[in-house]
Amino acid sequence: MVEVRLLGVGEPKQKRELRLPGWLTSYLQATPLALVLGAFLLLPILMIVTVSFWDYDFAQMYPDFVTFNYTETLGSWVTWKTYLNTLKYAFLVWAITLFIGFWVAYFLAFHIRTAAMQSVLFLICTVPFLTSNIIRMISWIPVLGRNGLVNSALVGSGVVSQPIEWLLYSDFAVALAMVHLYTLFMVTPIFNTMMRIDRSLVEAARDAGASGWQILTNVIIPLSKPGMAIGTIFVVTLVMADFSTVQVMSGGQSASVALMMKNQMSLLQYPAAAANAVVLLIIVLLMVSAILRVVDIRKEL
Amino acid sequence: MYSEKRSREFYLLAVFFALFVLFLYGPLSAILILSFQGPNGGLTFPLNGLSLHWFFNLFERQAVGDFGGSFRRSLALGLMVTVVTVLVSLLAGLAFRRKFIGATPLFYLSVASLVVPSIIISLGIGVLFSQLGLQPAWYSSGFGAHLTWTLPFGVLIMFAIFNRFSPSYEEAARDLGATSWQSFRHVVLPMILPSLIGVGLFGFTLSYDEFARTLMTSGTYNTLPLEIYGMTTNVTTPVLYALGTVTTVFSFLVIAGTLALIIGINRRRSQG
Repeated sequence: MVEVRLLGVGEPKQKRELRLPGWLTSYLQATPLALVLGAFLLLPILMIVTVSFWDYDFAQMYPDFVTFNYTETLGSWVTWKTYLNTLKYAFLVWAITLFIGFWVAYFLAFHIRTAAMQSVLFLICTVPFLTSNIIRMISWIPVLGRNGLVNSALVGSGVVSQPIEWLLYSDFAVALAMVHLYTLFMVTPIFNTMMRIDRSLVEAARDAGASGWQILTNVIIPLSKPGMAIGTIFVVTLVMADFSTVQVMSGGQSASVALMMKNQMSLLQYPAAAANAVVLLIIVLLMVSAILRVVDIRKEL
Repeated sequence: MYSEKRSREFYLLAVFFALFVLFLYGPLSAILILSFQGPNGGLTFPLNGLSLHWFFNLFERQAVGDFGGSFRRSLALGLMVTVVTVLVSLLAGLAFRRKFIGATPLFYLSVASLVVPSIIISLGIGVLFSQLGLQPAWYSSGFGAHLTWTLPFGVLIMFAIFNRFSPSYEEAARDLGATSWQSFRHVVLPMILPSLIGVGLFGFTLSYDEFARTLMTSGTYNTLPLEIYGMTTNVTTPVLYALGTVTTVFSFLVIAGTLALIIGINRRRSQG
């Protein structure tokens, strides 16, 4: 007897699985992110743009279409001075963090031989950045103050006769604290890029007779540029947005755009603050898009 | 490429690195030491005796604001942010593995979320809530504000992970008859688990320390960083340092615990 059996008959039925088309799955997976950013990033920014054209008095805002929030802000020399001051901080802190960040990353990537040691040292650099910014800021007060560590050491050793006054509550203190707060944002991307430089390129350069300095300037620096660009985006945007460091470390003697906004907000001058916000946002986005011309973030991740 | 003998460059850079580490930790340790200042001691060195006076002071309501309450709020908010950040970034990371229309704008929107100044987001959410007639609170508007800061980090990390993730593991699972859920649950998830924990750590610490975005969005009750920020202007005793020490030690514990967890997972994997 020949048993005839049709294929598939009598075999256990395949478990039914709900298969969605790929594009639909992607949309469903991306929806939560889009919703959160839509509700808490896009809508608020649209709101700010709208409000920047509204009228206001001491108590509330009135929907309107007026431009004096902009003309008042942009027509005052105080605003211009504040913007210049903020840009000055951004440039200073950027230059210093780039210098420190590059050499720290270079040391970790090219001079530390074992991966375990690399991780440990990198972690040592990272941990402070996961603690409170404000605490790290005020930790400079006992160091830099009039009776602080630096001044007592200097006076005690007879280098200076009077405590140095400009250590705390000055532009110096602001820049120092910002470098302290933001350097990791430069170290990490540069380190990340350097770790992906093919080591045989360095060897080839050495075999071809390049000196250590030539290897650095002709191989490593050009190949680390994407990391520097990403670090620059972080540092510049963080400094441009900073108000607390400027407020605490300058002792109220210096101003930044965000601090100006914050003061307007505490006086309930929301439309004026909104106009400032729009100008600041445009400047920051222009800076970032200029940097993004140099580097494709998606490729560098 | 390395000669056995360390070059002069190495020693120069090693000194530079050591100075950098000193620069990072020096001021922080000054605060740790000064928080044990005696009852009559001031905000600067020298130490005027050693005591736990300022730590006890911390728990008296009149000395500082609402320390206990603000700590609990920051903790709860941090945990909420952690869970949502991990879930949403994971989903978005999975989504970005395929090409879909709108992927590029969504990616750049995440980057924008990172570069838009915090205070602008704070102002925007604050004004938006008041115009909608909603009461801002740390668990609603503050929560959303924190997510705009933690999500881009999470998404970028997930993006980087899936960039390096070979699809051949899932193909093998599918060839063996696994459903897409099974291959995710038993193949992909265990492989990316340490990174997910890392995303969670980032989410928690960023939220726990965040204050620029919380400024206009926390409503009636302050989070801990806002409380500390308020204290910088009106508290002139070492109680400020005691608070700094307590929250820094807490951060260190969270970081150490998370790292131990990641290392433990990796170790068990390499044994298994």
